[in-house]
Amino acid sequence: MDDIPPYPPIDPTTFDLIVIGTGLPESIIAAAASTASKSVLHLDPNPFYGSHFSSLPLADLPSFLSSHSTSPSPPRSPSSDDPNEFSLLEFATRPLYSSIDISTFSPNLLDQHSRKFNLDVAGPRVLFCADKSIELLLRTGTNQYMEFKSVDATFVGDNKGNLWSVPDSRAAIFKDKSLGLVEKNKLMRFFKLVQGHLAGEQDVKISEEDLQSPFVDFLNKMGLPPKIKSFILYAIAMADYDQEDTGVCRDLLKTKDGIDQLALYNASIGRFQNASGAFLYPIYGQGELSQAFCRRAAVKGCLYVLRMPVTALLVDKDTGCYKGVRLASGQDIFSQKLILDPTFKVTLPLGSSPPLPLKEKLPFFSLKDDKGKIARGICITKTSLKPDISNFLVVYPPRSLFPEQVTSIRLLQIASNLAVCLPGMFVLYISALCNDDDQGKKLIHAVMNTLLTVPLDSESNAAVQSETAEIGSAVQDETSESSSGGPSDSGEEKPTLLWSALYSQELTLGQVDFICSTPMPDGKLNYNDLIDTTFKIFQEIYPEEEFFPETSLENPEVDGDASPET
Amino acid sequence: MHGRPRKAPKPEEEAASVAKAQKLRALQTQFFSFHHNKIYTKEAVELSAKLLEINPESYTAWNYRKLAVEHYLSQPDCNPDWIKSVLDDELRVVENALRQNFKSYGAWHHRKWVISKGHSSIDNELRLLDKFQKADSRNFHAWNYRRFVAESMKRSEQDELKYTEDMIYKNFSNYSAWHNRSVLLSALFEKKAEGFLSKEKVLPEEYEFIHQAIFTDPDDQSGWFYHLWLLDQTVTTDSPLLASSWPGHGYDVFLVEDRCYNGSAFSPFTALHSDSGSFPIVLYFNQPVGGVSSSTVTVECGFNKNEDLLWKPLSASNSQTARVWVAHLKIPSSDLLSTVEVSVGHSKGIISTRGFEYSHPSMFSFKVHVQPMERDFSQVSVAESISLREENFKIYGSQSEESIINSFNQLSIKNGHESTASNWRSEALAKEIECFRELLSLMDCKIGKLTLARLLMAYDVMSYPFANKLVHSEEVLELCSDLMKLDPTHYQYYKDEHSMVLLQKVTSSKESLLQHCFQYKDSVSSAICGPVCLRLNNLSLSRMGAFEKLLWVQMLDLSHNELQSIEGLEAMQLLSCLSLRNNKLRSLTALEPLRKLKLLRVLDISYNQIGDHSIDTTRYLCSSPLSHSVGSESNKDETVTSDVALIDNWEAFYIFKDFNLNQLEIVGNTIADEKFKSVLVKIMPKLKQLDGKLLG
Repeated sequence: MDDIPPYPPIDPTTFDLIVIGTGLPESIIAAAASTASKSVLHLDPNPFYGSHFSSLPLADLPSFLSSHSTSPSPPRSPSSDDPNEFSLLEFATRPLYSSIDISTFSPNLLDQHSRKFNLDVAGPRVLFCADKSIELLLRTGTNQYMEFKSVDATFVGDNKGNLWSVPDSRAAIFKDKSLGLVEKNKLMRFFKLVQGHLAGEQDVKISEEDLQSPFVDFLNKMGLPPKIKSFILYAIAMADYDQEDTGVCRDLLKTKDGIDQLALYNASIGRFQNASGAFLYPIYGQGELSQAFCRRAAVKGCLYVLRMPVTALLVDKDTGCYKGVRLASGQDIFSQKLILDPTFKVTLPLGSSPPLPLKEKLPFFSLKDDKGKIARGICITKTSLKPDISNFLVVYPPRSLFPEQVTSIRLLQIASNLAVCLPGMFVLYISALCNDDDQGKKLIHAVMNTLLTVPLDSESNAAVQSETAEIGSAVQDETSESSSGGPSDSGEEKPTLLWSALYSQELTLGQVDFICSTPMPDGKLNYNDLIDTTFKIFQEIYPEEEFFPETSLENPEVDGDASPET
Repeated sequence: MHGRPRKAPKPEEEAASVAKAQKLRALQTQFFSFHHNKIYTKEAVELSAKLLEINPESYTAWNYRKLAVEHYLSQPDCNPDWIKSVLDDELRVVENALRQNFKSYGAWHHRKWVISKGHSSIDNELRLLDKFQKADSRNFHAWNYRRFVAESMKRSEQDELKYTEDMIYKNFSNYSAWHNRSVLLSALFEKKAEGFLSKEKVLPEEYEFIHQAIFTDPDDQSGWFYHLWLLDQTVTTDSPLLASSWPGHGYDVFLVEDRCYNGSAFSPFTALHSDSGSFPIVLYFNQPVGGVSSSTVTVECGFNKNEDLLWKPLSASNSQTARVWVAHLKIPSSDLLSTVEVSVGHSKGIISTRGFEYSHPSMFSFKVHVQPMERDFSQVSVAESISLREENFKIYGSQSEESIINSFNQLSIKNGHESTASNWRSEALAKEIECFRELLSLMDCKIGKLTLARLLMAYDVMSYPFANKLVHSEEVLELCSDLMKLDPTHYQYYKDEHSMVLLQKVTSSKESLLQHCFQYKDSVSSAICGPVCLRLNNLSLSRMGAFEKLLWVQMLDLSHNELQSIEGLEAMQLLSCLSLRNNKLRSLTALEPLRKLKLLRVLDISYNQIGDHSIDTTRYLCSSPLSHSVGSESNKDETVTSDVALIDNWEAFYIFKDFNLNQLEIVGNTIADEKFKSVLVKIMPKLKQLDGKLLG
């Protein structure tokens, strides 16, 4: 990004709000503020939309990850004191990704078709058909910029490579082949109890005492066998930590929350006629979401400038109040409010003493929040993990792969019909919460070893080198490669790994403070918590404004034209 | 569609409906004028289409269109293309009408009619059906039509079976899909199609399938219905069997002219009294059959010609099928000992109502002794009064017990078909019993209890010939009692089941049956009845059953029960003395089964509820002079029309006119006032005693 063409100056130079970074929370805030008739400047140093929520071509993903993995460069020679009335506080980047490990087993193929891939940086992620993101999309009319497909099923995996379908509905329980009759009965009765409770039926009300008790205790009280308990806790309620080991569990689910999760899941199934499962996935990848909200913002008058790094924060010399930002182009832009991508942090120039009010606030702002890490993995294969089905979710409950596994590992397989990879290929997204990088690697590797054949480096290179002619399609490649004698292909039917990226991501939270900072992608499967945080940030900066008022529903934009608001 | 609450119409909706009615009326008027004048022009036919699109229920319009089509097709210049376009038009109109109301009988029927013409592509029909079954997967019109299409296309039952499976997997609360499954399986069984040769293989798989539905959601009824069908398929043998007969195999029947006795080797259980110069042979089948005649049943004896025997079905309705068939043998006039051999089903012709041939030819024989008339008895009998009161009975003493048991042994039902109760059937039942015990251990479930009760009973009945006792009857009785409490709306049903099981239990062994056998006064003093009275009083029975084991009974005490009906009692052809005192009989028509008991002489129906209810709710279930079944009979009788009192009491006339009663007790019924009693005396001139009073 060194040879960026000279920027034309931005005009006007004063805005109500400047948003830096086009991740989903920033994009939603930009759209909400624009809808509330604020003048918004939305900047992103990257040449693409989405920041940490983007979907990237195969070749761009490693460079994006590594560009965010280095320690903050020491601030350039402090530009001393500007002649004007502002102090300059340089931006530095936080290291957000670590232990980045890219393995390529089929370099020619993948490099040539790099642009055919749209790999989610923050995968695995899905939208529940009835969750807040869908509500927000519908309410704001943003859904018109996107298309979705159904994620067809959820499975629970075990350490033998089996995938058990999750009986998540009446029909699924009936159809399930792995559950015994008694288990079917117990599970369906539990679902009915929850449905009755949610519908407010008096005779099936769950007591307040039960609602406040741990969900796992309630499931035990209902006499549900371990297998079903595990289905409900980890594959439907999507609990992250081992609920039965209070020593390691950081998110012990209360019955109330568990039931809310079941309600969300239940409402998601069958909400849309052509969605067979509970989840949706956007065509072209999750990055589309951020982009759609940016479009929404643009329609409402938000100004977009990509490839525009910001270098420093402008602070009032006397009051220490925020005034604006200095762009890499050298231009100073002013605004009332600022929203920052979690990439950035503000450093104090050594030896200089900032104005008092700022000094009090800054240490807090630049504190690195420690909420642990999330290990992520992206794998590309040429065969599905399960025949006859291409888009699905797999959950490995705690302790399902090895005894020390304390968190759920989730895997999402997305096929080329969602335009995320070459035809005939599959992208697997894996994630697990962890305390450190080593633990994270171990979790991701456990899944990969269970499900995939990882070729030895030398062999795969040889195989690749032997390919002389240019390969026209992935399907052809598949046959040629398997015939060239991958030893694992013949024995087991495990898909062979073509490419993988493993990395750990910091779980920084959003901050509402001197300057508002948006959160990093969290460890959840959907965006519910992120949308909550985003809503809070919006309320903080615009307490008097409504977050996407209802009127926007009645007058949805049919085309991209900016129609004057009434 | 299901689960849509009805809403009150809004004012604008009401206005719209008024406008629609006006438009419809105008259309209709015009339509009728076309119809009556047989105008089949293009405009006229289009008008009927318009009418049908608004109101698909207009049958006249559908019929008009049929006439129009016939009219077009009869034109001399009509060619295949023209026919096709005419019929395609019809299909289009039907489709539009169905879009308006996809449960329109007229529209679906018209479509069938058009397709039956054979000029239209049938492949389209499945596509159309898919659309309608997506809109409402339980729409039975669509399912009916599907069966028609599948048959026309010669689509295999196996493919259709797979389709029901797919539909059931989508949503297993689908009566129509389960029903179609039972229809298809029945067809495959009948055809003996590949893979469906024996129920033995298919039924366990179906049980497995339905268990998934029942266990997943026991509150959903559709699965239970299918389970009931499977149970029926498991329990019922295809071909009918002879369950019992009177006289049984090896009986010694002693006949006195004008009466018959078991004579010197006195067996009180086989004692028979007859004053009609004949005695009955009763055949009791395990399911209703037709075709019993002197050609299918052969009776060999020295004193009657087989061809002279007239076999009659004993059933409430006038149908020619029944479980019980009777023929009367004339009592030979001279002193004679002769053996009677009865062979059933050695030539074809006995067919069950399901269409299965009686395929287990069987034979039984008994001996008949004839003695000269003893004048003394006939004189005694004139003034004799039978009173089924407690003081008149005594339980059999220990000294006579042995002879009683010996003679009782003769009654044990000889069933030559034990081997047909194949193993897989009882294995399947045992598996089901285990399965539902498990379900009930998980939860309280009414229909689960009922099913378990049915299974246990079926299992007992099936294994009875081997075990010779009903192992589970206590448990079944408990389940029934439980259900009466749990599900008061169906109390009467459970009560009936309870009664049936209790009767099965009582009649299952000679020990238990003997507890209910009493000696009436001094046995030889009675000339009307046999000396043994079966007392099933005070058992709170609401229904009578176990007839196949009670064919020998001549004196029956059913007093102090809760009987509302005595359906099936016609099987007890030897009954001569019956007490129904203190029951819940509500109408005279409830006594209909007694009309067929030619030997009945003493009847006690006192203290019932006959006449309490002005509307006889059983009238439409039983035959009456107003129904076809008896209409022809009563018309022959001139007396009905000539006597006003009888016209007012046609029920009494119809029920009692065929009785040969000596003695009747009717006191304690609302209907039994003096006027009514005088009518009874008129109807039954032979009656000697009414409510304890001797008649002149």
